[in-house]
Amino acid sequence: MEELLSLFYENREFIFLIIVSVFLGIEVISNVPAVLHTPLMSGANAIHGVVIIGSIIIMLQADPRNYYALILGFLAVILGTLNVVGGFVVTNRMLEMFKKKSK
Amino acid sequence: MMTDLLGLSILELCYIGASITFILGLKMLSSPDKARKGNLIAGYGMGLAIIATILFKEELTADKWLNYTLILAGLIIGTVIGTRMALKVKMTAMPQMVSFFNGMGGACAAVISLVEFDHLRHGQETESGMLLVILLGLIIGSVSFSGSIVAYGKLEGKIGDKALPAGQFINIALLILLFGLATWMVVVGCSEMSFIYALLFASLLYGVLFVMPIGGADMPVVISLLNSFTGMAAAFGGFLYGNQAMLTGGILVGSAGTILTVLMCTAMNRSLTNVIIGSFGGGSNSTSGKEGSQETVKEISVTDAAILLAYANKVSVVPGYGLAVAQAQHTVHNLEKILEEKGVELTYAIHPVAGRMPGHMNVLLAEADVPYPKLLEMEDANESMNSVDVVLVIGANDVVNPAAENDPNSPIFGMPIIKVWNAKNVIVLKRSMGKGYAGIENELFFHSKNRMLFGDAKDSLEKLIAEVKNL
Repeated sequence: MEELLSLFYENREFIFLIIVSVFLGIEVISNVPAVLHTPLMSGANAIHGVVIIGSIIIMLQADPRNYYALILGFLAVILGTLNVVGGFVVTNRMLEMFKKKSK
Repeated sequence: MMTDLLGLSILELCYIGASITFILGLKMLSSPDKARKGNLIAGYGMGLAIIATILFKEELTADKWLNYTLILAGLIIGTVIGTRMALKVKMTAMPQMVSFFNGMGGACAAVISLVEFDHLRHGQETESGMLLVILLGLIIGSVSFSGSIVAYGKLEGKIGDKALPAGQFINIALLILLFGLATWMVVVGCSEMSFIYALLFASLLYGVLFVMPIGGADMPVVISLLNSFTGMAAAFGGFLYGNQAMLTGGILVGSAGTILTVLMCTAMNRSLTNVIIGSFGGGSNSTSGKEGSQETVKEISVTDAAILLAYANKVSVVPGYGLAVAQAQHTVHNLEKILEEKGVELTYAIHPVAGRMPGHMNVLLAEADVPYPKLLEMEDANESMNSVDVVLVIGANDVVNPAAENDPNSPIFGMPIIKVWNAKNVIVLKRSMGKGYAGIENELFFHSKNRMLFGDAKDSLEKLIAEVKNL
C-alpha cells in the first residue's frame, strides 16, 4: 500500500499528464466525419507504435552479455517498427486517394 | 563529446516535439484536405523521437556495439517488411492490415514487459509499483496482440466464427484469474519467471477467446477497441520509463480509440458490454422466424434493371461489403458516370458501419474517384429516400434489413438502417440468397418493391453498364 501511494505521489505529474491527454484525445477526435474513420483508426494505430521507444531503451540499457534482453529487445524493435512504419504507410496510402479527389 | 545535460535536454525537446506532432496529426486527420499532411507530420515526429532516443538516451559506448547493431538491424527489418506489406495490401483488406499492425504494437509492449520483469527481479528489491505497471503492460499488450491476430484471421476468412459452449463464463473466469494472479504477484512481490509466463499465456488465451465468438458485424468495434488497448499498453511503457512521448502518444490513442469505439457502437445502437459479451456470435439464436413462411423472391433481368435505372430521375446506391469483395468500386463509378450522362441524378447512401470498418465504403469509393458531395450520410439519405426512384443495393445486407426496426427478437434490432423500402423501387445485387455477416434473414428481399439481381456485383454492374449504353 505504502509503495502504491509513493508510486502515485512520485508520478503525480505523469498522472496529471495522463488525465489531460485523455481529455485531449477525446476532444481531438470527437468531430471527425465518418468519411475519415478508417484512416483515423489507422493513423492512431501508427501513433501508438511509439511503444518502439521502449524497446530501443531496453536495447540501449541492456548489458551486451544479457542475451535474454538482447534477443527479446531485438524482437521488440522489429515488432514496434512494423507497427510504426506499416501504420504510417497504410494510412498514407488511404489518404492519397482522398487527396487525388479533392482536385 | 557532449555534456549529459545537453544531450538529455535535446532528447526531452524532441519528445515534446513528437508529442505535439501526435496531437496535431490526430487533429489534422479529422479534416479531409489536411489528413494526409497530418499523418506525415505525426510520422516525422515519430522518426524524430526514435532517432533522438538512440542518440541521446544513453551515452554511446564501444562495448555495446552488438546492441547498436541489433537496434539498426531491427529497424531496417521492420521497415522493409512493414513497407512491403503496407504497399502490397489491397484496399479491401485494409481493416485486417490495421488489425495486424496493431497486434505488432501490442506484442512489442508485451515483450518490453517481459524484459523489464527480468530486469526488475535482478534488481536489489522488487518495487511493487513498477511491477504493477509492468504486469498491466504485459496483460493489455498480449490481449491486444492475440486478439488482433484473431481479428486479422477472421477478416481474412482464415478463422471462422466459433463460440465455445459456456464461452462467456470461461472468458469471465479467465479475466478474474488474470487480474487475481497479477494482483497476487504485486502483493507478494513475486519475481518468478514461471509466473510471468503463466500470466503471458493466460493473457494471450484471453485475447483469442475474447475475439473468437464476436461476429463479423462487430469486428470494426473490436479492432477499434484493441487499437485503444495497444495505446494503453504503450502508455504503461511510458510510465515505466518516465517517457513523455510514449505516454502522450499512448494515452491519446487510448482515449481517441475508446471514443471511436463508442461512436461505432452508437451507430449500431449497441452498448459496448453487449459487443464484448458477444450476443451476435454467442447465444441468442432468436433469428426472426421466417423459415416456414418463405415468401417468393422476385428476380429482375439485367435489361429490365438497366431500363429502370436509365429512365429514373433519382438513383441511390447503397454499397456494402459485397462491393468491396467484388472490387466493384470502379465499376460502380463508371455506371454512375454513364447514368449521369443520361440525366440521372445518382447519390450514394453510406451507412456508418457498412463494410468491415466505419468509413470503409468512403475509402473504397474515394479510391474510385467518386466525388465527396455524392456520398450521403445515412440520416440525409433516409430523409430524401421518398423521392428516390431506384435504390441499388450492392452487396449490403444487414444495414438495409427492416428487422432492425420491426423485429424485437432480431440481434440487430434497434440498429439504425437505411430505409430503402421508402423509395419507389429497390434492386438488390447479390451473389445468392445467403445471409449477411450478422447471419440473419433479410425480409427486404421478400418486400413487394424489391427485386433481386443475382450474381457477382462486378459482373452484374458491368452487364448493367453495357445495357444502359445500348438504350
